[in-house]
Amino acid sequence: MKLLTSLKIMLGAAPQRPASYTPEALAMQEAKRQVKGPERARQIREAHAEKHSNKWRNIRWATLITVNMIFVLSFGFDVQLVEGSLTASRVIGFHFADLNSAIQVMLAYKVILINLVIGTGTVLFLWWLLGGRTFCSWTCPYHLLAEIAEKVHLALAKRKMVVDYPLHRGSRSVLYVVFALLAVVSGYTVFESISPTGIVSRALIYGPGLAMVWVLGLLAYEIIFIRRMWCRYICPIGLTYGFVGAVSPLRVTYNMENCLNEGDCRKVCLVPHVLECTKKTYAEDVNVAIGADCTRCGLCIDACPTGSLKFEVKGLNKLL
Amino acid sequence: MSEEDAAPKPPPVPHANNKTRRMVMRSIAMGGAVVGASLFGFFPVLRKWTPRLRPPGAIAEADFLAACIKCGQCVQVCPVRAIYLGDLDEGFGVGVPYIPARDQACDFSCDAVQCVLACPTGALSHTVSKKEEVRMGLARLDRPNACLARKGEGYKGAARPAPFKGVHRYPEIDRWKPVKLAEYKYDLELCDLCVRECPVPNAISLEPMSKDPADKCKTPVVHQACVGCGMCEMICPTEPASIVIDIRRKWGDA
Repeated sequence: MKLLTSLKIMLGAAPQRPASYTPEALAMQEAKRQVKGPERARQIREAHAEKHSNKWRNIRWATLITVNMIFVLSFGFDVQLVEGSLTASRVIGFHFADLNSAIQVMLAYKVILINLVIGTGTVLFLWWLLGGRTFCSWTCPYHLLAEIAEKVHLALAKRKMVVDYPLHRGSRSVLYVVFALLAVVSGYTVFESISPTGIVSRALIYGPGLAMVWVLGLLAYEIIFIRRMWCRYICPIGLTYGFVGAVSPLRVTYNMENCLNEGDCRKVCLVPHVLECTKKTYAEDVNVAIGADCTRCGLCIDACPTGSLKFEVKGLNKLL
Repeated sequence: MSEEDAAPKPPPVPHANNKTRRMVMRSIAMGGAVVGASLFGFFPVLRKWTPRLRPPGAIAEADFLAACIKCGQCVQVCPVRAIYLGDLDEGFGVGVPYIPARDQACDFSCDAVQCVLACPTGALSHTVSKKEEVRMGLARLDRPNACLARKGEGYKGAARPAPFKGVHRYPEIDRWKPVKLAEYKYDLELCDLCVRECPVPNAISLEPMSKDPADKCKTPVVHQACVGCGMCEMICPTEPASIVIDIRRKWGDA
């Protein structure tokens, strides 16, 4: 049931306030309700005494750059550690294939390709283990460019030079179906020709071309008009990995005990709808696992002044 | 397929007010724009703006564009770096490999068609296991009047002088290291470069042009064994090349 809700929200449904709460959550809500006025102000001041770190962001950026550089250097120095690009590769001889690219190819070509099935199997397992959309924030080179564009957008927005015009989150689900149908009907991998993930990955490895103009155009559009447009409202790769991450053991969890419900986490989040539980009275339990659409980027963990958000491996706590 | 068919339907609006209506309109416009942009890929493909010589083993063009996952593994294994990836002007051919034969032809110096083995999707078909089975196209003498052999002329110096960057493996020099064509000097009494450097046995030969034994003039003749690798097109010293590859033409085709 929880899984279904998380998938629905990922596909575009608005998150709802829970209909009922666990007794522990109710008790904690009540206890927190007693803290008001000067005491709450003191708690907030205390929480923000330290400047928040960028620990996870730095680790993640380092990982993203390293992964992409392995591709680049492996070809540049011909060490054949990793061959190919992010759409498909061979890692020390093992087939890897990007799930979404493999789906597009099989829909367009209409043949089940054994190597591709093996490659997607490996990748499916890897990203299931690591959290699904972890691919987006920890590997996709466009994500990094878009994060930088987002910073520019926010800086300009602060000076009232640009305004974000958000779109309906369901757009991505509709486009997912449209691109799948287009591949089947046309017999071409239509999405691949505009996918900035593939374009940037290939540009890094094989040298940039005209296609980078499209990517830079997208980034410019995101800066001026729509914050994180591609990743939030369009990219089918994100949705594909979102499904994988829905049942992943690695996730971010929320603990309401120390949370002051200020919403710093939602402000930095690419997909703030997954953090709805951090609003007052929106968590149905004391601990809540963050939904499928989460990219496990860790920005919320960095931003949270009370340590209420954490990475967690499901079941590992019980094991240890 | 028209653009209307592809434009996404409006997402459900629970309680439409002006703000959400505007948001939904924006979303539809954006969806239409993105799908529209992706469909631009049809133009170069259907209009054949950029005909490309595909690597060995490439299946039929439409299937090839569909089956290729655009990863470039074929590019990485090629010892002479003959394979390049398509750009935005090729529409759905973005990231799809091709061989610019005049600049760098495939000379099969890898022996075992490495690009075919590297392909993870079978876009380069694994039914091809040796160079003689490849069918990329066919060589054709495009400018017979420019051909040095037909004029009875020899050739001295590099086939393609600097700044030409193309390379070729000469087994007698180094089996494993390709040599720049600009650095390899020939001294031929009669130019027979296209025949001499052809990597496929019995694909091309020089035939006399007349019955007169004193007549030095000979003409290159392409035979059925030709695989269309483009080596003759690259090595031809005339500018532009006298011999070219007809992409995907098969023996017996008009």
